[in-house]
Amino acid sequence: MCLAVPGRVLTIEGDDPAFRSASVDFCGIRKTVSLSFTPEVQIGDYVLVHVGFAISRIDEDEAQRTFEYLKHIGALVEEGLAAP
Amino acid sequence: MPETIADPAQFVCPAPVATRDRIVLGHGSGGQLSANLLRDVFLPLFSNPVLDRLDDQAVVEIGGSRLAFTTDSFVVKPLFFPGGDIGSLAVHGTVNDLAMGGATPLYLSAGFIVEEGFPIEDLRRIAVSMSEAARAAGVEIVTGDTKVVERGKGDSVFINTTGIGVVPLDVRLSADRAQPGDVVILSGSIGDHGMAILASREGLEFETSIVSDSAALNGLVGDMLAVSRNIRVLRDPTRGGVSSTLNEIAQQSGVSIEIEERKILVRDEVRGACELLGLDPLYVANEGKLVAIVAPEDAAAVLEAMRAHPRGEEAAIIGVVSDGSPGMVTMRTAFGSSRIVDMLPGDQLPRIC
Amino acid sequence: MKYVDEYRNPEIAHALADKIARTVTKPWVLMEVCGGQTHTLMRYGIGDLLPGGVELVHGPGCPVCVTPLELIDSAIRMAALPDVTFTSYGDMLRVPGSRSDLFGARALGADVRVVYSPMDALKIARANPSRHVVFFGVGFETTAPANAMAVWQAKREGLTNFSMLVSHVLVPPAMRLILESPINRVQAFIGPGHVCTIMGFSEYHALAEEFHVPIVVGGFEPLDLLEAISMLVAQLEEGRAEVENQYSRSVDYHGNTAAQKVMREVFTVSDRKWRGIGEIAQSGLVLREEYAAYDAERIFHLDPLAVEEPRECISALVLQGQKKPIDCPAFGKRCTPLTPLGAPMVSAEGACAAWYQYKRHSVEGAQRTDHERSRLAHLVLDKADSNASPLAGPVRPGATHA
Repeated sequence: MCLAVPGRVLTIEGDDPAFRSASVDFCGIRKTVSLSFTPEVQIGDYVLVHVGFAISRIDEDEAQRTFEYLKHIGALVEEGLAAP
Repeated sequence: MPETIADPAQFVCPAPVATRDRIVLGHGSGGQLSANLLRDVFLPLFSNPVLDRLDDQAVVEIGGSRLAFTTDSFVVKPLFFPGGDIGSLAVHGTVNDLAMGGATPLYLSAGFIVEEGFPIEDLRRIAVSMSEAARAAGVEIVTGDTKVVERGKGDSVFINTTGIGVVPLDVRLSADRAQPGDVVILSGSIGDHGMAILASREGLEFETSIVSDSAALNGLVGDMLAVSRNIRVLRDPTRGGVSSTLNEIAQQSGVSIEIEERKILVRDEVRGACELLGLDPLYVANEGKLVAIVAPEDAAAVLEAMRAHPRGEEAAIIGVVSDGSPGMVTMRTAFGSSRIVDMLPGDQLPRIC
Repeated sequence: MKYVDEYRNPEIAHALADKIARTVTKPWVLMEVCGGQTHTLMRYGIGDLLPGGVELVHGPGCPVCVTPLELIDSAIRMAALPDVTFTSYGDMLRVPGSRSDLFGARALGADVRVVYSPMDALKIARANPSRHVVFFGVGFETTAPANAMAVWQAKREGLTNFSMLVSHVLVPPAMRLILESPINRVQAFIGPGHVCTIMGFSEYHALAEEFHVPIVVGGFEPLDLLEAISMLVAQLEEGRAEVENQYSRSVDYHGNTAAQKVMREVFTVSDRKWRGIGEIAQSGLVLREEYAAYDAERIFHLDPLAVEEPRECISALVLQGQKKPIDCPAFGKRCTPLTPLGAPMVSAEGACAAWYQYKRHSVEGAQRTDHERSRLAHLVLDKADSNASPLAGPVRPGATHA
């Protein structure tokens, strides 16, 4: 029950934080998404969208760190520093 | 007050089988339900050697010539969508069914069932579109019919097209001809048409520039047949997507088919739309693509011929036919693991999980 | 797609799998709770990549599967009423009730519509004042805030033709039930990443401590799950039982407080019946009194049907991870996605459906070449024979546990 997809915030409408909505881009698809649960989101942010609502702002630093770590694991194996 | 059952052996499964004595939407979606309907209702009564082949078209011999003969009905909503409309779809769909039988499509009929109150201007738009599509495909609409039903009984307009064409005597294309060792070729990206339509449906609105791939494929098929007489099967993966097409071929030929996920082209936007709705592109309809099963010695030549044609520029070999479990289609994922590509029971439903 | 593709990188997947294989010295049983995670595991064949000692069992993380039979029947009865437009997420339409399903209701003329969001159901209500729009509010905590928002908005606008049929379930009580069972085999959990995006993960410490099970909150892409499994295996081998967060790009300790606020405003916790399992205390959400006017069950007060529960499938055991779908005598024969006997075969996330769709051709659910099998066995055996402590890989930065 948890299909949530990451997309990039292109435009934001509305001033009241409880009722802002955003046009979010998913690989060229645009969908209007409610930002009611993510009042801190700004244009250019990535959000995780579930049933028409942004449920979190993707922490890009965290994502970067996760991915660097994962790449490191991959590199270790490749370089033979860890036995395959 | 219902109590929690502590002993797991006491737990029961709560759901009996849902029996179907009514048509549900899934019966029209090209998947398992559709196949069952054919098998259970129509085939037993209409059975004959031609019908029983269950090809997209019937090839019959009349006076020394082989004629391909096919019919299709079009009920798409919305009527007008990015990349086409119900009219051009009706022409392309039937032209393609003929082409999949190796026929040169020649003549179409067009039957309209129109709902009372439907704007004549929209009907004209559809007719213009059909006439342009027919001209581009090199076919003529030579006969037709129009019926009007009362408001509320017809959902705007339905179109049926029936087509005939001539099949060269040495061309034999049929879904039961795939053999182990044959190569599976896909003519281009998948999922474009289905997602273009879905994007316009109420309740699933999103902006996109996904365009339906609706197109006539007879030119492409002609070029393919010119370089090879060892093409075994041609099918256009419409409702039910590539998955249904491959499963039908595997079942009718009694072979298994293995495809490679990495070789299958999906446009970014189509992927994005599928991700958003939790849909798998393998099950989404296409209206301008074909799957070809080709003898291995001719595969390279056929591929080259396809890539030289505008409708086949992105053609690729996506898999092979093998002698594993008959009727089974499997896919090697990008991870190197293997999964089954199953026939869908009915419609693919957008999921939220 | 950014934040998706990177987490589907096959080379890194194999590297993670190898890391797991190097760490494992004995067999472990892991469970992922969330149906979306089950779907990923099956679709990418993650099970194939893991060493034989690491067994994955699938939990009851499919709210579609666990919605009570009586509620499906009520939904069908509501949909059949002439003035009702019944709206729902797509996956609910094929779940069998005692005699039919929502698709069947539609075939008989009911106005049943699929929507992507509860806000779309609201739109339909606003646009059709003469029809009463019911929305089937099914889901875990992930979906509850959106459903709550729809009801909250309806009340704020004073809509009189909108209501929700609520079937919300909560994850921690389900995990507790599994852990409390005398025949529980699960030793570690992959926590539900999107549920925790909403709720945070403070609720899981009690379980980790009380039952001494490690819990790692995991995402939904293949690399997320492999990393979570890697973290769990490390904990198991080291004898730790902590709560860690693999999905830190989306989950933090406190979760989404704005979403929780709306949930609390509209819903309250209650006991709930889970299909195939029975009643679990304090495991569901119902609409508060102040929102009674939007509660479809109260509006339509349908007499509860006496529901016959035929004894056939073992979905309860499957839902709790005690049996695999393939252990069920009806699996693939009398029970298929087309003719489901139980809910886990109907929903695409159900363990049985996932198994049927992706894996039924393989007896053990793991199709390995002999070569691969012996290679992985070799790694596990090497590890078990050696006296050295498990190979310590780089510590995963950012994986928090509080």
